[in-house]
Amino acid sequence: MDILNIVTQLGQGMVVTVEIFVLTLVFSLPLGLVIAFGRMSKNFILRNVLKFYISIMRGTPLMLQLLVVYFGPYYIFGIGVSSSFRFTATIIAFALNYAAYFAEIYRSGIESMPRGQYEACSVLGYSKVQGFFKIIFPQVIKRILPPVTNETITLVKDTSLAFTLSVMEMFTTAKAIAAAEKSMIALAAAGIFYYIFNLIVAMVMERIEKKMNYYSL
Amino acid sequence: MEVLRINNIRKNFGPLKVLKDISLCVNEGEVVAIIGPSGSGKSTLLRCATLLETMDGGDLIYSGEYAAKNDANGNAKYVSQAQLRQIKRKFGLVFQNFNLFPHYSVMKNLTDAPVSVQKRDKAEVEKEAQALLEKMGLGDKGDAYPCQLSGGQQQRVSIARALAMEPDILFFDEPTSALDPELTGEILKVIRDLAAENMTMVIVTHEMSFAREVADRVIFMDGGVIVEEGPADEVIRNPKNPRTQAFLNRLDQ
Repeated sequence: MDILNIVTQLGQGMVVTVEIFVLTLVFSLPLGLVIAFGRMSKNFILRNVLKFYISIMRGTPLMLQLLVVYFGPYYIFGIGVSSSFRFTATIIAFALNYAAYFAEIYRSGIESMPRGQYEACSVLGYSKVQGFFKIIFPQVIKRILPPVTNETITLVKDTSLAFTLSVMEMFTTAKAIAAAEKSMIALAAAGIFYYIFNLIVAMVMERIEKKMNYYSL
Repeated sequence: MEVLRINNIRKNFGPLKVLKDISLCVNEGEVVAIIGPSGSGKSTLLRCATLLETMDGGDLIYSGEYAAKNDANGNAKYVSQAQLRQIKRKFGLVFQNFNLFPHYSVMKNLTDAPVSVQKRDKAEVEKEAQALLEKMGLGDKGDAYPCQLSGGQQQRVSIARALAMEPDILFFDEPTSALDPELTGEILKVIRDLAAENMTMVIVTHEMSFAREVADRVIFMDGGVIVEEGPADEVIRNPKNPRTQAFLNRLDQ
């Protein structure tokens, strides 16, 4: 198989990789905020349930979580799943896992906000929701951008774990080619793909950070 | 006319009694200075009056409207959140640390709450805000961000922000304490000007000579009670109470 052929096949896998990446962010970023709120709630039960959730998500391998989400419905509930569920299961597992990490990042950002900002909101008559989304949250985003960049870059590489469920993303494809061809070329090419992907992610995040540099906290 | 009335306010932090049965009344156009050693409860009194702290007992009344009222057991009972938001229109607070919104321009710091909370017309609010900034000597700073301003300028913006809400009464919580000594003058001048316009104000301060000059009435607090109260000149020049005397003597040295 020539290089061009390899690159074309990897390119097709790359599309799936990007899909996993984008969908995970789309679901986990908002979900993480909701979990962060619950994690900081005054309600003892809610707070501790979410604390436990986060500890499980962070304390067990993502690969295991992928298997549980995919096979769980059958082994636990006896529901038969088709192989088309693989991709959905991948997105569910990734979103649940990353939401836990993002929740803790949000929490750190929200808790690092000076109390005076909340007090100014209160005195000026903002409602809690208004004050949070107009005043607090924009500043939280600026604070948490660096750790979010870290997670996002990790996510690019973690998408390769989808091979666990034989989702035909780039890494699964590269492994298949490498096995068939008895050559490292496909794996090396995949490495380059991931690296370029992450260069782009880092550049975009840097641009967002620069854009928020018009003020300092 | 009474702008603010506080009856028998009590506030505990755990076992610590911070405010013990304090009553206070402020009339329209009056300037009241609250002085006293740190830990005397004066900031807590201000925070209770501005609804940042929940008092345990007492009445809190703005222009005849109850924000909180003692129930039969002597516990403060607050009115609903919606009613409290209405009452918040009646007062403004200038913080020691300014607490400007760093992600908003100076202009937006002034206009956002009047527009999005009070639902006033944006163009009209902006016009008034510009006039306020000019009054503060910051007419050209509308597009600047708080981090680009000096501490004194930031504090003037925060005074303008409070005034943009058109409050009946303005509270100051040690407005010059976070500033370099050479910057306190510009803030004191602004407050002096407001006093000349008959703005109703309650000022917690450590600046004795300023309190004597600008305040109609001075309240000396210590240990969670009002120890002495009277015309500014009298309390600061000729304090009757030995605790007031001791406090003022310490400051003179």
